[in-house]
Amino acid sequence: MAKEIIKIENLKRYFKVGDEIVKALRGISFTIYEGEFVTIMGTSGSGKSTLLNTLGCLDTPTSGEYYLDGIAVKGMGKNERARIRNRKIGFIFQNYNLLPKTTALENVELPLLYNSAVSAKERTERAKKCLNEVGLGQRMLHKSNQMSGGQQQRVAIARALVNNPVIILADEATGNLDTRTSFSILTLFQRLYREGKTIIFVTHNPEIALYSSRNITLRDGRIVSDEYNDDIQSAEEVYRNLPVEE
Amino acid sequence: MNVSNLFKIAIKALGNNKMRCFLTMLGVIIGVGAVIAMLAIGQGSKNSIKAQISEMGSNMIMIFPGGDTRGGVRQSSDDMQTLKPADYEALLDQSVNIANITPTVNSSGQWVNGNNNYPSQAQGVNTQYLDIRQRKVSEGEMFSENDVKTAAKVCVLGKTLVDNLFPGGTDPIGKVVRFGSIPLTVIGVLDEKGYNTMGQDQDDLALVPYTTVMKRMLAVDYIQGIQASAIDENRTEETIAEITDILRTNHKLRDDQDDNFTIRSMQELAEMINSTSSMMTMLLAAVAGISLLVGGIGIMNIMIVSVTERTREIGLRMSIGATGRDIMTQFLIESILISVTGGLLGILLGAIATWLIKLIANWPVQIDPSSVILSFAVCTLIGIIFGFYPAAKASNLDPIEAIRYE
Ligand SMILES: Nc1ncnc2c1ncn2[C@@H]1O[C@H](COP(=O)(O)OP(=O)(O)O)[C@@H](O)[C@H]1O
Ligand SMILES: [Mg+2]
Repeated sequence: MAKEIIKIENLKRYFKVGDEIVKALRGISFTIYEGEFVTIMGTSGSGKSTLLNTLGCLDTPTSGEYYLDGIAVKGMGKNERARIRNRKIGFIFQNYNLLPKTTALENVELPLLYNSAVSAKERTERAKKCLNEVGLGQRMLHKSNQMSGGQQQRVAIARALVNNPVIILADEATGNLDTRTSFSILTLFQRLYREGKTIIFVTHNPEIALYSSRNITLRDGRIVSDEYNDDIQSAEEVYRNLPVEE
Repeated sequence: MNVSNLFKIAIKALGNNKMRCFLTMLGVIIGVGAVIAMLAIGQGSKNSIKAQISEMGSNMIMIFPGGDTRGGVRQSSDDMQTLKPADYEALLDQSVNIANITPTVNSSGQWVNGNNNYPSQAQGVNTQYLDIRQRKVSEGEMFSENDVKTAAKVCVLGKTLVDNLFPGGTDPIGKVVRFGSIPLTVIGVLDEKGYNTMGQDQDDLALVPYTTVMKRMLAVDYIQGIQASAIDENRTEETIAEITDILRTNHKLRDDQDDNFTIRSMQELAEMINSTSSMMTMLLAAVAGISLLVGGIGIMNIMIVSVTERTREIGLRMSIGATGRDIMTQFLIESILISVTGGLLGILLGAIATWLIKLIANWPVQIDPSSVILSFAVCTLIGIIFGFYPAAKASNLDPIEAIRYE
């Protein structure tokens, strides 16, 4: 039996907007095991980002239980949650969120700067290793604003890997990219999956479910389906067959 | 989180915005520069006054005719004639605290030697003047007690007068010059002292027996003042009290009558000038301090803008594990770096300005190390105080909202 990385029970998240209460999550339960590549799907406003933010310890649920890597997150203070984010979670955003005017290497080093257990030497070594993994070994000293969208997202992925997180959380990671670049990024995710990383990939694009090992669909803050995929398609193959744009 | 990493982050962030950073610093640079320069001017003038006083002899006491004018009451010409040679003689006879004493009576006029003339004064004094003012006769000799008694037509000239009346470099000793219509024989030349710290020529001076000035030049029976030196400068107070007693008795003043003379000691004068110049310094420093405050507000302004601009960056940092405290520290370090760097450059600017003031205006200036330390401390404080609000604002951002901020 694989290790439980994420376990949530009846998770609810309500927002108070003026006099109204917006129920973004209405009771969600699932367990994600080590080595899964889970896509979370749903239309815009179905609660995907809210769920991901909660899993990423950025947001706290209104009610329900959450265990990350066996630790109860509920009741943790702000600083403790910041520490959890720093040590156990790798975030990837739709708009990359790299520091401007800053090299790829420095961007990737960033999470380790907030971990005093990591020396400057180890920091650079680990960042270089991660950049090599995402195929940017030759562009370490390029500034973020001199890179294409696909390259920037690769830097962001390297940054999410650098702290050896127990889980990688991606919110619409291919949302800003063209089809070809999307598939190259998806190829990278599949490779990470094969290497044993645990990934949650939020997207509103149903097609992407074909490339993950499990797909959870949300609607109006509830799970409407939770299915394993026995026939994972190769993103790399699609990528190869896509015509190179002029 | 270790602070040295936050330092790196802060320096990097400032480096990304060099021009803005420098402009923000400019307020602090000018503020600190102004404070340093103002305090240097103040300290310099204080020092020069001190030097001047000790030059003149800190045990010196001056007696003027007429009552105390500090109240602003106008003096009539009668009041200006209350000191007589008899007062001087009484002090000479009776005082035990006075070391040296001379009457002073001056006449303005033209010194003439053939074709050369020079407008100056004839200072009527006695032989003790030299000791009181710590002067010496370098050539020839000082006039004698006997010259004073006989109102002899002799004079001792300062270097400036010698240079103007004897331009060819001829030996003035024994030559006869005129002051107005009165022929005087030059019997001595005073040692050269140059300009004092207040820029007065101390060699523009001609000494004549005071009796000569009284009888032959002004035809008056009163003297314009008395200068004396106390035996012990720490006993100035007692000396003044003693002089007051002697003069009141001599003037036959009743107990209900005010003094019709005024006594000033050098110490008193020094304190007066000192407190005036201190006040002036404080005023200037306050004005300079206001510009420093404005500089601080400038820092706060820019830090607030910077926090707003970098909301997404802050959100990102938080999402990858920065605590509110880390963010706060980073922004505080940024504002302190701006203010402290500005402060250091300001000290440099102040030093340059001070040096220029000395060079161009020839004012006495001195940078007091304490003013440098003070302004440095104030700068650090300004960085903390004015950086605190923006830093707190940054650290309280909600990471989810911050990272979505457009
Ligand atoms: N901070 C918030 N305050 C109020 N309502 C929110 C907030 N965040 C999300 N919501 C609401 O919660 C619902 C789910 O939003 P979200 O999780 O962003 O959906 P998705 O990512 O699937 O598009 C939406 O109706 C949204 O308006
Ligand atoms: Mg979303």
